[in-house]
Amino acid sequence: MKPENYSERRIDVDGWQVNLTTYRLGEKWHGRADNVSPGATLARVEAASREDAENQALTRARELLARTRRHAV
Amino acid sequence: MAGYAHPEALVSTEWVASHLDDPNVRIVEVDVDAKAYAEGHVRGAAAWNWSTQLSDPLIRDIVHKTQFESLMTGSGIGNDTTVVLYGDNNNWFAAWAFWEMKIYGHRDVRIMNGGRKKWISESRDLDTNAVKPNPGVPSYRASDPDLSIRALLGQVQLAQKSASAVLIDVRSPQEFTGEILAPPGLPETCQRGGHIPGAHGVCWSRACNDDGTFKAVEDLNLIYAAEGVAQSTPVITYCRIGERSSHTWFVLKYLLGVENVSNYDGSWTEWGNLVCAPVERGAAKLVSHG
Repeated sequence: MKPENYSERRIDVDGWQVNLTTYRLGEKWHGRADNVSPGATLARVEAASREDAENQALTRARELLARTRRHAV
Repeated sequence: MAGYAHPEALVSTEWVASHLDDPNVRIVEVDVDAKAYAEGHVRGAAAWNWSTQLSDPLIRDIVHKTQFESLMTGSGIGNDTTVVLYGDNNNWFAAWAFWEMKIYGHRDVRIMNGGRKKWISESRDLDTNAVKPNPGVPSYRASDPDLSIRALLGQVQLAQKSASAVLIDVRSPQEFTGEILAPPGLPETCQRGGHIPGAHGVCWSRACNDDGTFKAVEDLNLIYAAEGVAQSTPVITYCRIGERSSHTWFVLKYLLGVENVSNYDGSWTEWGNLVCAPVERGAAKLVSHG
């Protein structure tokens, strides 16, 4: 199967940069959120629509990012 | 690939697409786990899980030679097989696998430029079926480990004290300064934030274009020359767990041809937990390297 409708967009989540990637493979939409500058995967989800995939990935990313502490340097 | 020191170590997505049925080529997707592979992968690709197959599950180390040999044989890889590695996160874990394969002496291993991201963004076919290894491959025989490309703690401590190597910290600027102790959203896995005193902060991503491919050799040269890296400069790369730094290790050794580069896989999860280890916070200070 060919992946289709590949898209990437960058948004701010509570002060953190998040890169949202989505694409469709067959009937499923796949979503991934990463933390941009390090680039580590925060969430990887499957959904029935792009909107759902983005929302699920963002929800999980937001949960994880809320645990990150900033330290004075 | 023009101008790279070892262009044979890199292949394009087009090259991979045209070698899917080549019996001498084995493609492997490598990631921290196999979740991305399960979504869909390059047809015929095997999957390697960094956490369980490239790292020893008991002690913190790369897998032992015999475990490595089993992984190769089980993946349908012979000593003469051309292995093409790719993965998510701009090939971080593929670069680790490349480094580990070179430690164990595999001759022909290559990285797919741009990794999984580029393959998918180009709408190239993905397969969702698990792949069975080629049963006809004879048992793999690994070389004794080449530890010249791996830096262990004592070597890094010595290099730091004597300024005998350029230390390249490839984490994000916020990790380098100590503002955060791990990449945003990931668990804090160290007791102290900051960097090894004297290290240069050069985030791994500076070596990549937006599409995940490596930058041209002229651009890469400018980035690392500005940090004091020349062909004969001893260099040690590190990050948090050693996967991002294997990416930069690949850039320096195989794209720029720096002769003496090693990857400190203990990285910040080792140094940032050491009792009495020197740590610097904030921006880097200028250090001369002897």
